Amino acid sequence: MLKLDGVTKVYRIGAFGGQTMTAVDDAGFEIKPGEVVSLIGESGSGKSTIGKMVLRLLPPTSGTISIDGRDVRSIGRRDYYRKVQGVFQDPFSSYNPVFKADRVFAMIRQVYFKGVPDKEWTAKIEAALDAVRLSPGAVLNKFPHQLSGGQLQRLLIARALLLDIEYLVADEIISMLDASTRIDVLNLLADLKQRGLGVLFITHDLALGNYISERTVVLHKGRIVEYGPTDAVFEQPEHAYTRKLLASVPQLHTKWEDAS
Amino acid sequence: MTLEVDDLRVYYRTLKGDVQALDGVSFGLRDGEILGLAGESGCGKTTLGKALIRLDGRMKHVGGSVTLDGQVLPIGDDVKMNPYRFKQVSLIPQYSMSAMNPTRKIGRMVRELLESRREKLDLDELHSRLDLVELPRHVLGKYPIELSGGMKQRMVMVISTLLNPSLLIADEITSALDVSTQKAVVTTLKGFRDRGFVKSMIFITHDISLTNQLADTIMVMYAGKLAEKAPASTVVNAPKHPYTQLLISSLPEVGVRYADKRLTGIPGNPPSLLKPEPGCRFRDRCPLAFEKCAEDPPPVEVEKDHVVACWKAA
Repeated sequence: MLKLDGVTKVYRIGAFGGQTMTAVDDAGFEIKPGEVVSLIGESGSGKSTIGKMVLRLLPPTSGTISIDGRDVRSIGRRDYYRKVQGVFQDPFSSYNPVFKADRVFAMIRQVYFKGVPDKEWTAKIEAALDAVRLSPGAVLNKFPHQLSGGQLQRLLIARALLLDIEYLVADEIISMLDASTRIDVLNLLADLKQRGLGVLFITHDLALGNYISERTVVLHKGRIVEYGPTDAVFEQPEHAYTRKLLASVPQLHTKWEDAS
Repeated sequence: MTLEVDDLRVYYRTLKGDVQALDGVSFGLRDGEILGLAGESGCGKTTLGKALIRLDGRMKHVGGSVTLDGQVLPIGDDVKMNPYRFKQVSLIPQYSMSAMNPTRKIGRMVRELLESRREKLDLDELHSRLDLVELPRHVLGKYPIELSGGMKQRMVMVISTLLNPSLLIADEITSALDVSTQKAVVTTLKGFRDRGFVKSMIFITHDISLTNQLADTIMVMYAGKLAEKAPASTVVNAPKHPYTQLLISSLPEVGVRYADKRLTGIPGNPPSLLKPEPGCRFRDRCPLAFEKCAEDPPPVEVEKDHVVACWKAA
């Protein structure tokens, strides 16, 4: 279980860091294995900051993040990243355009699987690609610009799966994808939870969060305003902010005027 | 008819040849009509929007004509197009954050802009429009950097429509905004039309659910061609083109859960537009494709105002 407890992040801003801004204020929730938790909020609500803290790209100002009861700060980074990995918003800037896209796999091999023979490694890659429903012939040995955004995002998920991770931080991973391909990546995430993967699904799109997650956290200005099972949050929102957010979502079959 | 576009073709020049980004699109726009232009990235929707106001250096007007209020727009000629811009055709750019001159206070920038068009600034009118979009009047004394993203977006909307253009093009103006700001922007745009600030509007977006909140008519494009054009409710509830049908069914809505109902995407990718093969461009991904699809499907009006370019629908 990945658990956040009283996590706060204060950024120093201004010319000489003279002012402070609290990006995340006393956030606490947990992700169980095999569960998708969506973190919903508008821009500036601190949702990406939470993702970065879980990935240890930023240290929390106060509070603890623990995994199976162990404070993550006591785990070495190398070991930690075998358990927790992230995929980010823009698939095109996640890759170095100079190198072939499958270099992301080779980099993993250099660090974690040095002794693994070629044959075993190829089999491992094929298994990971199969799990994200990509055919090796279509994606291996290609440069990033030759692949579509959906393929690139799925390659990054495959890369994370190579490490047998337990938790995945998915920070707006489908916001840049087209409507016809984004749903496939979303379904893929939902399928992965059957393998016991816990997913922190960060999004600003309420419909996507609603579609995929078991539990939902709604953030507003760094504070958690609503946290609970997805049905409850979407059907009986308790906080006024959640209600306002839900009322603003453009729905395909109902117009705003009719709803109000 | 405010706008009449007839068989418009705009290609991009590249080293490998011409990319046929807009390949024979025809449609009309009535007075007071808002057209929502939807489609995936690379379908030509931004190219169409740009073609109506300014072709950039890589774009080439290959054929077809654009008529606005009975006058043929010289869209292939950058200089001759100048008198029409801002007065007859105006644009709200996608990134309002970078659309304003950062070295000028907003009021001075607006005045200079109008002077460059040999127009006089009507300060009362400007004030009343600021009130309408709920911007305080003192923003005119501020620099763009002092405004928030939503405020900048509204300011740009006011500037773009100041001379009451006949046609307004809004290109993905909401994609960088939060849902609640999005709603406010869309409502304001509708207000501009209702008050007659703009006669008609083309609202370009990839988000069909959002388009449906605003548009009277929705036009769906695929790979540089028109796929379907119909009144908004028809496109959403009874689409005829297989692409539109698949696109609509792949959209998750609040209330749809993975556990209850599994949505599916459309397998495959759009074709390359460098040297596209003749025939329907959707046929490789289309579940209904048959031999006839090797020929180009002409856009056919199957019902009143409902145009579909598909052999199966006609």
